[in-house]
Amino acid sequence: MKILVCISHVPDTTTKVTFSDNDTQFNQNGVQFILNPYDEIALARAIELTDNGAGTVTVIHVGDASTEPTIRKALAIGAHDAVRVNATPSDAFFVATQIAAYAKDQNFDLILAGRESIDYNGAKVPAMLAEILDIPSVSIIKKLSVEGNQGIVEREIEGGKEVLAIPFPFVAGTAEGVAEWKIPNMRGIMSARTKPLQVLEPVEVQTSSKIVKFETPAPRGQVTLIDASEPQKLVDLLHAEAKVI
Amino acid sequence: MSVLVYVENAEGKFKKSIFEAVSYAKAIADQLNTSLTAVSIGNVAQDELQKLGNYGAAKILNVNQDALKSFINQAYASVIAEAAEKTAASVVVLSNSFSGKGLAPRIAVKLNAGLVDGAISLPELNDGKFIVKKTAFSNKAFAYVELHADKKVISLTPNSYKIVETGSQAVIEDFAATVKPTDLTALIKDIVRATDKVSLPDAELVVSAGRGLKGPENWGMVEELANLLGAATACSKPVSDADWRPHSEHVGQTGIAISPNLYIAIGISGAIQHLAGVSSSKVIVVINKDPEAPFFKVADYGIVGDAFEIVPKLIEELKSFKANN
Ligand SMILES: Cc1cc2nc3c(=O)[nH]c(=O)nc-3n(C[C@H](O)[C@H](O)[C@H](O)COP(=O)(O)OP(=O)(O)OC[C@H]3O[C@@H](n4cnc5c(N)ncnc54)[C@H](O)[C@@H]3O)c2cc1C
Ligand SMILES: Cc1cc2nc3c(=O)[nH]c(=O)nc-3n(C[C@H](O)[C@H](O)[C@H](O)COP(=O)(O)OP(=O)(O)OC[C@H]3O[C@@H](n4cnc5c(N)ncnc54)[C@H](O)[C@@H]3O)c2cc1C
Repeated sequence: MKILVCISHVPDTTTKVTFSDNDTQFNQNGVQFILNPYDEIALARAIELTDNGAGTVTVIHVGDASTEPTIRKALAIGAHDAVRVNATPSDAFFVATQIAAYAKDQNFDLILAGRESIDYNGAKVPAMLAEILDIPSVSIIKKLSVEGNQGIVEREIEGGKEVLAIPFPFVAGTAEGVAEWKIPNMRGIMSARTKPLQVLEPVEVQTSSKIVKFETPAPRGQVTLIDASEPQKLVDLLHAEAKVI
Repeated sequence: MSVLVYVENAEGKFKKSIFEAVSYAKAIADQLNTSLTAVSIGNVAQDELQKLGNYGAAKILNVNQDALKSFINQAYASVIAEAAEKTAASVVVLSNSFSGKGLAPRIAVKLNAGLVDGAISLPELNDGKFIVKKTAFSNKAFAYVELHADKKVISLTPNSYKIVETGSQAVIEDFAATVKPTDLTALIKDIVRATDKVSLPDAELVVSAGRGLKGPENWGMVEELANLLGAATACSKPVSDADWRPHSEHVGQTGIAISPNLYIAIGISGAIQHLAGVSSSKVIVVINKDPEAPFFKVADYGIVGDAFEIVPKLIEELKSFKANN
């Protein structure tokens, strides 16, 4: 079984988000970057599915050379090889087009991605990629298993879940539940240095969107503290002042 | 030119988030001096479809075909794109629901359109530009996205746009969509839905609890409070990790992001990853015994004290409030 895992390189979850250049750029100064947590889950499941020689896992990332530590981390966790498309991504369509250009004649059985990147939170790349390749896509999945030439997935829906059987190849956006996070061991870290990392130049894409400005939310006002012995005051305030009950 | 809105149904009925999407799409149609068409897929009764008129849909394309009975995003995206071509739509609007998230990117690719996922306000149209605001960096920021393709696809975050009733009527038209067998290879085997509960992404009020509650046996008071309010229940990540509560209740950066009118956090410290999923709630109430808990910094109302004493008292107060209102 041949699996492709799409990985993104995102600011650590504790990052204080600020902007530069007149609020048009994310300020990367002092920011610690990590492998997107959802992509790590996708990768962990891909490794489980191909354990003991049952297949291979390739990771792909669209980004400039500064993202290579994130790619090496994926190799340390257990991916067999990696591809980096050498470009600064401009939007989700750009990323999806680059991945599709690589994947289209590689005969992957399964393409995994995270449910969304924790920076731009688009949740767009997996379904766009599937549409370009004209194959099924499914998100947000909480379980994934293989049955012959199809995948059995559990998808989250409002107030419940749905189980689908989808013939390979397809694209799935994963969330927690699909696998446990894997911590790279010493052997993984050592071997990651020598695993193949192929660098490809991007294909040309007409992008259709651009972020023109960022803004941080206005700080909330001071908290109104209510004495623990007077919970009726909270009820009154929620009714008369906040008007939410 | 026109505006098209996809109206997803849940077992033949439209939820509030769909009326929000129709109202939002109608406002965009007004901005562009054009009319709004809705497309519905599946078996929805005429009187339910007719409700859409009241939110501004002038025409409804009703796609009710056997092959499209259940939701398969690949097939539904083709139908919506076909409807967009047919109505010469320059803007397609969807609700950013779980299904909407699977559809919008596919539709955008099919139409060669620019996409904004999770919009939270109307587009700004200045000097021929089309700019839409959305949240980014897990609710820590907003991004203004300029769409420069001729066609646009926008998915609207639930509970971020007010419903507007227009009192108008809609014309309902049957629409026979082209169904490609290659769009229908995925097969739904089972659907499990807890029908007795308010679903979290749609909820206007949410009662949430964390590790401060010590164990799953103590959730009775959380559920009682939620039931009294008609609220959904949620929890922090360690709580669902420990299987005290189901994963579908986990909110935050790695769980569901929500923006209800009221979020009550009981025994939750307010870690940055938790706040990422809830900080766009309109009103936040925090109940925590530690006055230094970070959650108080982003709260509107707070009670410092023991949840096991405060919550039962709050329940009693709410009961008498309900009896009098
Ligand atoms: C300097 C700079 C400027 C940027 N400006 C913009 C901008 O103006 N507008 C904008 O939309 N984005 C911008 N980006 C972000 C970048 O283009 C994102 O990778 C892209 O937008 C996808 O984000 P998303 O939130 O839609 O991904 P999602 O669709 O939420 O990601 C889902 C999954 O897709 C996969 N994926 C996402 N990104 C990648 C990737 N790069 N390589 C491989 N797999 C991936 C991962 O599996 C991820 O979990 C910028 C990035 C940089 C570094
Ligand atoms: C990559 C990553 C992603 C994460 N994603 C998420 C996420 O999506 N969602 C999420 O929630 N977390 C997430 N976390 C975890 C997060 O960092 C915190 O650990 C978690 O939110 C803490 O949960 P908690 O507030 O329930 O527990 P704690 O931090 O243990 O807080 C318990 C609180 O209860 C209070 N308390 C105790 N007893 C009482 C009492 N009797 N009455 C009243 N108050 C009481 C305490 O004062 C304390 O403030 C993530 C972490 C990482 C690293």
